[in-house]
Amino acid sequence: MPKSISFITPSTTASIYVFLGLATTTFLLTAVKRLDNKEISFRHGFVSVMLQKRIIILSAGAVVTILALGLIGLIVGDYPVPAWKAIATAFWDKNNEYDFVINSLRFPRITVAVLAGICFAASGAIFQSLINNPLVSPDIIGVNNGAAVCAVIMLAVGGTTTYLPIAAFIGAILASSLVYILSWKRGVSGSRLVLVGIGINALLGAVITFIQVRYPIERVMAAARWQAGSLFGSSWEDARTLSIGLAILLPAAFVLINRLRLLQLGDETAMALGLSVERDRFALLTVGASLAAIAVAVTGPLGFVALLVPQVARAVIGTLTAGSLLFTGLLGGVFLLGADIISQRLFAPVTLPAGVVTAAIGAPYFLLILVRYNRET
Amino acid sequence: MITASVVLLAVTSAPILAGVVAKKRRTRVGPIIRNHMIGLPCALLVMAVVIFLSLRYGSLQVSWLTAWDAIFDYDSTDQKQIVVRELRLPRTFLGLAAGSSLALAGALVQGVTRNPLAGPGILGINQGAAFAVVTAIFVADIVSPEGYVWFAFLGATAAAVLVYSVAHFGSGGATPIKLVLSGVIVTALLGSWTSALLLLDLETLDEARFWLAGSISGRGTEELRFLFPFIISALIIGILMGKQVNVLNLGEDMAASMGQRTNQIRILTGLVVIVLSGSAVAIAGPIAFIGLAVPHMVRSLVGPDYRWILLYCVIIGPCLLLGSDIVGRLIVRPSELQVGIVTAAVGAPFLIYLVRFTKISET
Repeated sequence: MPKSISFITPSTTASIYVFLGLATTTFLLTAVKRLDNKEISFRHGFVSVMLQKRIIILSAGAVVTILALGLIGLIVGDYPVPAWKAIATAFWDKNNEYDFVINSLRFPRITVAVLAGICFAASGAIFQSLINNPLVSPDIIGVNNGAAVCAVIMLAVGGTTTYLPIAAFIGAILASSLVYILSWKRGVSGSRLVLVGIGINALLGAVITFIQVRYPIERVMAAARWQAGSLFGSSWEDARTLSIGLAILLPAAFVLINRLRLLQLGDETAMALGLSVERDRFALLTVGASLAAIAVAVTGPLGFVALLVPQVARAVIGTLTAGSLLFTGLLGGVFLLGADIISQRLFAPVTLPAGVVTAAIGAPYFLLILVRYNRET
Repeated sequence: MITASVVLLAVTSAPILAGVVAKKRRTRVGPIIRNHMIGLPCALLVMAVVIFLSLRYGSLQVSWLTAWDAIFDYDSTDQKQIVVRELRLPRTFLGLAAGSSLALAGALVQGVTRNPLAGPGILGINQGAAFAVVTAIFVADIVSPEGYVWFAFLGATAAAVLVYSVAHFGSGGATPIKLVLSGVIVTALLGSWTSALLLLDLETLDEARFWLAGSISGRGTEELRFLFPFIISALIIGILMGKQVNVLNLGEDMAASMGQRTNQIRILTGLVVIVLSGSAVAIAGPIAFIGLAVPHMVRSLVGPDYRWILLYCVIIGPCLLLGSDIVGRLIVRPSELQVGIVTAAVGAPFLIYLVRFTKISET
């Protein structure tokens, strides 16, 4: 039975960069908290938007970080490409020897990482506000595993990857509805939903294990790799799936976000304010689960992005608004892209699944949050 | 074969049904078993029946007589008797050891933390042991059970300490939900590290996936032989701690004012739990939900007295585990389903039932 693998050690320079990156991010996020928060209101006809200065700065910062990380992602890799050449190949000079590496491997992978990060983080933010509990996320309460079950079944029976997003989508919706129905008892309490979700999550995990031991190892390997959450082999097609999904779901989320804020006041208040509580909650649940589902379909059930990123965003800018949802999404993009680059470079030439890195960064941080979690649930 | 599975499922889930019925009627009649002179022999009889079922059923069909003969009148030329004696008997022993260890560990944790949702599986202790064993075998190249069982204990200890301290600090102390959440997070973290180790090597994944699903077939006998003294002594110490757990279950202050050295008792229970769950994982892999579900069933059978709960857990635990294993052998014949998958399929709905129909989630 035993077979030893060569013991891998992280590369020193990569570790230093990772540490510096994490430290700078933490510092910047805490620094931003002290910024003054001027609100700018904008009215034109029936359009009325209130912009917060802090959110604008933060979002701009996130976009810049994404661009910077994206450039790093284009330049570094196992196959050496000169920095200037890499950028040139990606954007204007496509006819050279680096075309395949840059435009078929690295560029789509970066795009997918950013888009999937946005999906996960937005989904997590919606779930956390909807259930009024900052400790839940689609990965804890079984939504990711629901999508994973359907997808793993498809991979294991040898199905094509074309219908993978649809299968994952159906699975996610089914799982979240099941959790919601089972925890319904004169309203949904946060802690009951979390515990029921953990139960459903375990059950779905058992189904996945069942599939893993029932099918031949070659197919299981594909399913296992996908299940650990990896961006390896991302293509432009994946990026297209994600952008179509985001183009539909993100506007829907922005439209629903004000109702979400009313829902957070409690069912009775929301009803008194003229909200159709059950319908809106179901709509939000669908949007949140769908966001998680399309991301899971492409990257596999990457843990901790949906749990951690909304927490950080909330700590920096407070309650959920359309603006902070945007920032949460962008921060998710930064996190996943960063994690993917780390997963490729830290143990180079051995690459880890990105899910391992998000878990390694996310879990300790989340445990810290849990220690400081003061609210009685 | 389907009828056989249904019958078996009914037999093995009888304790659950009894527990549910007892729960419904408890306000009026109290626990089902009040006279332990009758109750204990009945429980042992159920265990004996399950052991025989485990010897008889499987992908190879043997008669009751063959199963009986294989134990008491062994004929080493009979193919069927060899199967029973060489394959199913060790497997049954593994089931007995793992089942009683996990159930007792679960009952002790629930009693000492006063948390109805606690258990070695849900608190990440099993996953901690599993990660440590995978690391020891596949990274540090420690192949003998004598070497890597210590890693199992170490992993179990580290995970238990981490989960409990995270839940304990901060205001409110270790409430059920905080304990469960930190357990889930630690499990997720360790699980992803385990899968990262395995993904680096196809062969390793092929070998480890069955063990990681939780299985009592094919391997574990060597580990069991080595761990037997540990398990037996931990079981005995654990059973004898009923009185202390009863007092501690009244609450920290009450126990202290009654003259109990609460910290010593906690540490001793912790050690027993870690030895029990570490051993169970080393022999059978991380089997979920036995440690959560069995104490609840037993509690509804015998009432809140931990002196009896602990004793009955040691008897009922293996019944549930072996019963799940038999179901796993029969429902996908001629192939088999790992016992951990069956216990999760039975146990997860049980967790939901607990959350939904009791007052746990409101605390």
